[in-house]
Amino acid sequence: MANWIINHGLTTFILVIWMALNIFLFTWYYHIYALRDEFYYTRYILGDALAWARGSAAVLNFNCMLILLPVCRNLLSFIRGSLVCCSRTMRKQLDKNLSFHKLVAYTIALMTAVHMISHLFNVERYNDNRRNKNDKLGMALAILADLENTTYLNPIRNIDTDPQQTPTYFVFTSIAGLTGVIITLSLILIITSSMEVIRRSYFEVFWYTHHLFVIFFLGLVIHGVGYIVRKQDETQRHNPTFCRTRSSDWGGITECPVPQFSGGPAMTWYWVIGPMILYLFERLLRFIRYMQAVTYRKIVMHPSKVLELQLMKNGFKMEVGQYVFLNCPAISQLEWHPFTMTSAPEEDFFTVHIRSAGDWTDKLIDIMQQLPEGTQGPKMGVDGPFGTASEDVFEYEVSMLVGAGIGVTPFASILKSIWYKFKISNPKLRTRKIYFYWICRETHAFEWFADLLQVLEKEMEERGMGDFLTYKLYLTGWDQGHVTYIKVHSGEETDAVTGLKQKTHYGRPVWDKEFEQVRKENPSSVVGTFLCGPAVLAKVLSKKCAKYSDVDPRKTKFYFNKENF
Amino acid sequence: MGKIEWAMWANEQALASGLILLTGGIVGVAGQFRGWQFAAYAIVAGVFVCLLEYPRSKRAKGTSVERTGQYCFTVCVKSFGPLTRNYYVRGSLHAAICVPGGFMLSTVLGCVCLGISSIIYFVAAIRGEHWEPILPRKEISREVQDTVKNPPQNPPPRPPPETRRKRVDDLEEAAYDNPIPVSE
Repeated sequence: MANWIINHGLTTFILVIWMALNIFLFTWYYHIYALRDEFYYTRYILGDALAWARGSAAVLNFNCMLILLPVCRNLLSFIRGSLVCCSRTMRKQLDKNLSFHKLVAYTIALMTAVHMISHLFNVERYNDNRRNKNDKLGMALAILADLENTTYLNPIRNIDTDPQQTPTYFVFTSIAGLTGVIITLSLILIITSSMEVIRRSYFEVFWYTHHLFVIFFLGLVIHGVGYIVRKQDETQRHNPTFCRTRSSDWGGITECPVPQFSGGPAMTWYWVIGPMILYLFERLLRFIRYMQAVTYRKIVMHPSKVLELQLMKNGFKMEVGQYVFLNCPAISQLEWHPFTMTSAPEEDFFTVHIRSAGDWTDKLIDIMQQLPEGTQGPKMGVDGPFGTASEDVFEYEVSMLVGAGIGVTPFASILKSIWYKFKISNPKLRTRKIYFYWICRETHAFEWFADLLQVLEKEMEERGMGDFLTYKLYLTGWDQGHVTYIKVHSGEETDAVTGLKQKTHYGRPVWDKEFEQVRKENPSSVVGTFLCGPAVLAKVLSKKCAKYSDVDPRKTKFYFNKENF
Repeated sequence: MGKIEWAMWANEQALASGLILLTGGIVGVAGQFRGWQFAAYAIVAGVFVCLLEYPRSKRAKGTSVERTGQYCFTVCVKSFGPLTRNYYVRGSLHAAICVPGGFMLSTVLGCVCLGISSIIYFVAAIRGEHWEPILPRKEISREVQDTVKNPPQNPPPRPPPETRRKRVDDLEEAAYDNPIPVSE
């Protein structure tokens, strides 16, 4: 239980606050429309359906305000950078931005359904009110029209249409109704194209359709300008509870002048205008960064279709493990793809290693392969850098770095940075020990990384720092051919597969043993665990961190950080 | 936009539309709205569309992800043969189903969404896509059993016994390699 608090406490706290605010907003606005006198006559016609619609509308306002914030990458990076005082736990929350975005999106979808269903009842009841000749009070309210001395209550003014079609006619000829239908449709299209299946396979469909959010927000802001929700003015002059039975005397007796009604102004824009402006700045910033000139320092084609690009950009400053978004207009005008940088901040250029993994990357590799020797590559836009969990690596005394497959890339940046920091004896380096676990299915596509490790291995031995970095490589895709080869070469000093001094392990790591070893070797330290890899592994590691952590400050504590795209 | 299989998105959209149609229909019937008969139709149509769209098609390229428990639906949908395989038929079917939904406000949204998915299905059909059932693979286990049943009948070929005896004196003439050095 205590371990759970260390690792999940703050997230749960934030979610509880968010949920509490949602519940508060719903019940507060529900009660305004369910209890106040100025809505008495409205309630007579509509029942409690209006209260449901307005309660859900309040929750919608709140969540539409929130949804744009987690996707302002630059804003989040800025906040991360300025949280110098606060502990790393605060910054970990910012890693979960996409999960929060999705949670808020689901809430918006749910509340949209509630809001829409309530309004279906509202429109139907307003329609009935105009056509039901048997209800005396109802008729009195219905015939109030927008003339010299009277104001209407029932927004359905035209009853010449067929009674069954009146609701549809009303919705499509009022601003609120029309915008409502359009933005709900946009929302549905956004959601269906954001399903995991579509997103993982066809990112372009997801990304382009998602831009319907522009229509969503524009429609949302206009949605309430029609003054459709009517409340009674001056209930002290005409008391509804008293006058409701005297509708034939309205205007005739002093206690009951003809009741007057007015609509409320649009309120949503108060909520969403701030985040909309922030998001606009975010996109502007991305565009400005895109326009800045990027030159190629070196282009290297590695075996197994891995492309290395060394780029230079004026004023570009990065930290370890950050990522950039690349855009190549020659391939696609609108697509931006994220890549973790594999260079260290100490270098005056930045590097990305790009593996063939789909349309865009394939085309890029193709273009580069056909370039004549020594020429510049195609125009490239770079947005970033954006920070993720890896920045925290040097804050922990002991770090466990786990990279699965291509997920090893941020750690290339970290290891290179260590090398540089050691060479200049940088005092900012709090880290005393690093454990690096690299899990890979096959030997392809990591030859470039093995080269890096070889260089590091040599440097560390030269300085007598063999202890600082302990790394273990795990090949999970071994077969009989491998086994035979390894058996034959088992007597040699360097590993047969990688050429490194550390031998390659086969199969997956036994995490219990690894955590036990780290705990034994570092009895009273705070250990940060960093993963770049599949979600399944994240669950396993997160559980192990909780299991092997101890609330006692004299014992080892494990914190888990996951990088995500 | 790359090699997208449009049918995948059409399928998600159609499933969502089925649910929306169903919801609109339930609201119309439960609230006894004017034209509730159209709402009742929407309930039936919504359920039908959901059942038809629940089983995902097998992808032409890449791994297909099944929806939970979709196997029984796959079998049902498969049994209609070309009617469910062909996306022109599906597109037309959805276009026809959605029309009565337009006659009543609570089902209008379901009608429009289903219409959109019908359009995406036509795009998929024009691109030559079709529906393939995802069936569990049964062939692999059979092969393993076969090999176990047929062990080799003859011993492996060996040189005659005289040459096989350990000959310490004449290692070069020995008919086999000594992995462990033979010492006196």
